[in-house]
Amino acid sequence: MDINVSKALLAVAVMAGVTYLIRMIPLVVFRKRIDNLFIRSFLAYVPYAVLSAMTFPDILYSTGSTVSAAVGTAAALILAFYNKSLLTVAISASAVVFAAQLLGL
Amino acid sequence: MPGTMRDSVRGDLKEGLKDGLPIGLGYLSVSFAYGMMTVMSGLPLWFAVLTSLTNLTSAGQFAGTRLVVAGGTFAEIAVTTLVINARYFLMSMSLSQKVAREMTLRQRMAVSFGVTDEIFGVASARAAELTAAYMGGLIALPVVGWTLGTFLGGAATSLMPQKLSNALGIALYGMFIAIVVPDARKSRPILITALLAVFLSVLFRNLPGISMLSSGWRIIIITVAVSAFAAWKFPIGEVSRDDEDSTAAI
Repeated sequence: MDINVSKALLAVAVMAGVTYLIRMIPLVVFRKRIDNLFIRSFLAYVPYAVLSAMTFPDILYSTGSTVSAAVGTAAALILAFYNKSLLTVAISASAVVFAAQLLGL
Repeated sequence: MPGTMRDSVRGDLKEGLKDGLPIGLGYLSVSFAYGMMTVMSGLPLWFAVLTSLTNLTSAGQFAGTRLVVAGGTFAEIAVTTLVINARYFLMSMSLSQKVAREMTLRQRMAVSFGVTDEIFGVASARAAELTAAYMGGLIALPVVGWTLGTFLGGAATSLMPQKLSNALGIALYGMFIAIVVPDARKSRPILITALLAVFLSVLFRNLPGISMLSSGWRIIIITVAVSAFAAWKFPIGEVSRDDEDSTAAI
C-alpha cells in the first residue's frame, strides 16, 4: 500500500492529540463530579455500543473465509459467555479459525 | 523532614510499579495483535509503534488505524477517536477527585496521559490518595508493555504463514466480544445496547445508499444513537464502584 509519510504522521498526531485532551481536560479543569444522569448513563453505554458496532459484521470478514470466521466467532461468543479472559477468548478464537483453515473451511 | 519525604516518594513509586506490572504484561500480548494487524494491513511498523506509544488505547487506536488504512479523512479520524475514547473523560473526572491535593498542574497533565481502563480501575481501587509518584509508577510498565508488544507483533508478521495471520485477524474482535458478552449477560440494558448496535451495524452495511457511509461515520452514528437511546430508556442511577469497573471496557 502507498502510504504518505506526512499524512500518516498527521493521523497519529490527530489520534494522540484528541485522546490526550479527553484524558487531560477533566483532570486539570473539573473538580466536581457530573450529576447529569443522562450524560453519565450515555457514557456508560458508549463502550458497549461502539465495540458491538465495530465487531459485527466486520468480524465475519476478518479471516480468509467467511466460514472460518463464523466458526471463530461462535467460539469467541461461547467462551465469552463463560466469562473467559480477554486473552483466552482472543487466542482461542484464532486457534479455532486456524484449525478450520487446516480442515479446508 | 526531607529524608522522609524522599522515602515516601520512593515507596509510592515502588508500589505503583508493582501494581502496574500485571497490567503491563497483559498489554504486551494484546498489543502484539495490534502490531501484527497494523503491519498486515500494509502500514509500516513505525506507524504501529508510534501510535501505541502516543495513544495508549486499544479500541481507539485500532479504529483510527483502520480509518488510515481505508483512507479516511482527518475529521473522521478525530471524531471516531473522540467518540470511542469519550469514556476516558469520565474516568479522568473521577480520578480528579482522588488525586493528592499537592499534585501540581504539570503533574496532573503528565498523569492524565496514562488513564486507560485498567490503570483507572487499579487507581480507583487504591485506598490511599493518588500521588504523582504512585501514578508515575503505575503508568510506566503498561506504556512499556503496550509499545514493546506492538513492536514485537509487527516485527513477527513477516515471518508468519498466511493461515496463521488469517487466524490472528480475528483476535481483536474476539477481545471485544470478551469485553461485551459477560457484561451483557449480567445486565439487560447492556444486552439490548449491544444487540441494537449489532443490528444497526449490519443494517447500515447492507442498505443501499447508507452502505456508502464510511465505517468511521457508521460507528459514530450508531454509537451516539444507541447510547443515547439506552441512556434515555435505562438511566443508570447511582453508579457504584462495581458498576464503574464493569463499564471500564479496555
